[in-house]
Amino acid sequence: MLKKRKERIDRGIKVRSEDIFALCSWKEMLYLSTPRLLPIVGLLVLSFLLSLYWQKVLLSVSVIALLAISWDLLAQSGMVSLGQALFFGMGAYLAGIMNHYWGLSPFLTIPMATILGGIFCTVLLLPVLRLRGIYFAMVTLILPVMLVRVIEATKIFGGTEGISGLTPLPSRWLELYIIIVALLAAFFGFRRLMGSDFGLVLKGINDNDRSVMNAGINIYWFKAQALFIAGSVGAFAGAYMTHVYMFVGMPVFALDYSILPIAAAVVGGAGTFAGSMFGAFILVPLSEVLRGFGGLRIVLYGLFLVVFIVALPEGIFHYIQRKYHQFERWVEVEK
Amino acid sequence: MGIEEFLNSQILNSLIFLSMLFGTLIYGFVNSIILALVALGFNLTFGISGVANFAYGALYILAGFLSWVLFNSVGLPYVFAAILSVLLTAIAGALMYRFILLRIRGMVLSEVIATFGIGLSILELFKYLGFIGFEYTLPVFIDYSIDIGQVTIDMQRIFIVIIGIALAVFLWFFTHYTKTGLRFRGIAQDERTALSLGINSDLVATLSVSFGAAYAAIAAIVILPLGTITVDHGYEVLINALAVCIVGGLGSTGGVVIASFLLGYAQTFTATYIESHWVMVVPLVAILAILVIKPSGLFGEQKELEERI
Repeated sequence: MLKKRKERIDRGIKVRSEDIFALCSWKEMLYLSTPRLLPIVGLLVLSFLLSLYWQKVLLSVSVIALLAISWDLLAQSGMVSLGQALFFGMGAYLAGIMNHYWGLSPFLTIPMATILGGIFCTVLLLPVLRLRGIYFAMVTLILPVMLVRVIEATKIFGGTEGISGLTPLPSRWLELYIIIVALLAAFFGFRRLMGSDFGLVLKGINDNDRSVMNAGINIYWFKAQALFIAGSVGAFAGAYMTHVYMFVGMPVFALDYSILPIAAAVVGGAGTFAGSMFGAFILVPLSEVLRGFGGLRIVLYGLFLVVFIVALPEGIFHYIQRKYHQFERWVEVEK
Repeated sequence: MGIEEFLNSQILNSLIFLSMLFGTLIYGFVNSIILALVALGFNLTFGISGVANFAYGALYILAGFLSWVLFNSVGLPYVFAAILSVLLTAIAGALMYRFILLRIRGMVLSEVIATFGIGLSILELFKYLGFIGFEYTLPVFIDYSIDIGQVTIDMQRIFIVIIGIALAVFLWFFTHYTKTGLRFRGIAQDERTALSLGINSDLVATLSVSFGAAYAAIAAIVILPLGTITVDHGYEVLINALAVCIVGGLGSTGGVVIASFLLGYAQTFTATYIESHWVMVVPLVAILAILVIKPSGLFGEQKELEERI
């Protein structure tokens, strides 16, 4: 018979620092600012400390993290996407085309591909904004797969070969800092966004779309805007990666770019952008470490995902967050 | 060129066209049955337990390789190897449900990710173990072919048609006239009410996943002799099964049959008259079109409130 139960109580410092009193002591200020400063300082320090190889890894971590937080934004507004590769690939191809055929510089193609990619993806998904849950997810899963087949069949934009020999970014450091700054900007921007009234409407759509409609709000307009924001961020990641690899081809629509961000969000903990970002910072380096296993890498990866989703469905970040804010103790069960 | 020669060549051309059309019709029929076979198991699992089994393609390939190993490496007679691999695949499906899916039941995204992860692991494991090459083929049942009019067709394809029809008919009778089958449909219609009538929904869902796996295995053993067993085929099978089920309506057996004929003929005609590159585009376009126009599929039960606003 179980005589004790676990009780969770907020730490005193958490309660104190929720108020204006947080400004009275260093301890409280540190308690508040540490988790927020950690990603900024961490990323900047890491970029200096790492070797060339691991800098490249940091780069792809950031790209996946960008895709993961854009997935999270969509998921929080009631649109579960299984095809982040659509956004990624759209941005990648747009940047590649503009660079290859029109000869524009990366500093023009990346912003233009970001905006245009967002618009294209939104327009492409407009007809299915009415769909919910798994049905919307299926559409997003199918679209990138289909675009690949269409490119393969029509042989446009280099067909199976892709377009290579694109302009690289001028320097290695610029390359690294563009993506780090973009990631931090998107991360904190999204957090602000979801805290605003606009974000409240999006969350409402996720919780109960009908009651939001009842309030006289046009949910399709809000969904389309969320889609545009998430799509642009994904397209930015794609356009950026195109210029890093100096190549764009069918692999940009590959399942990797759909699965990895979702896996990151699931492992890290969906619903807070920090969790998704954190997940990317675990998963991508892990897959680099697993590279030593050769073909077994994807097998282990799949298993890891399954174990995680069964054993810790809330995600690592929520677990850490709980430990940070609350303490636990065993108490007697009252009779 | 004289008028008579011209007329003769015209007649010849139209004859060639007709015989080609006849061949396309026959092969389209076989292709449709193949699609139906592949989709039946996926549809069974989804219709009853609501689990979209993304490991379906992996189970299909697993059955193929299992019977290959049992037949070639272990040296069992082919009949036993085939039956054993169907059983083993069914058990694998049941274990997958009992130990993994049961814990995340009802959370759609988690189910999709978990089954996808399992499928990915199985398929990539085969790739890692070196199951790649032309020697990985299953034997045909009878090496013989017959002519229907101008069209030559091998016995294996005829077997596919026979077994496909038999399995569909069996499924219909099973779900309408046996106790277990009725339990299946009970859970599918309303899980809580079924629970209150003493139907063990976990057990039934386990059975449904394992039945779906067995159907995948049977489909694999019948269809795979037509070509080599490749890992990438697993992904194609999954997409085809998804396409047929979505177009026909998830969870509707009649819909699956009709949708597989629509898609099967569409694919065959595309391959014959347009280009084989476009064949894989057909199911994808079909999925998109159906999801946009009528998400519950042509014959799906109306669940308008759940699927769209």
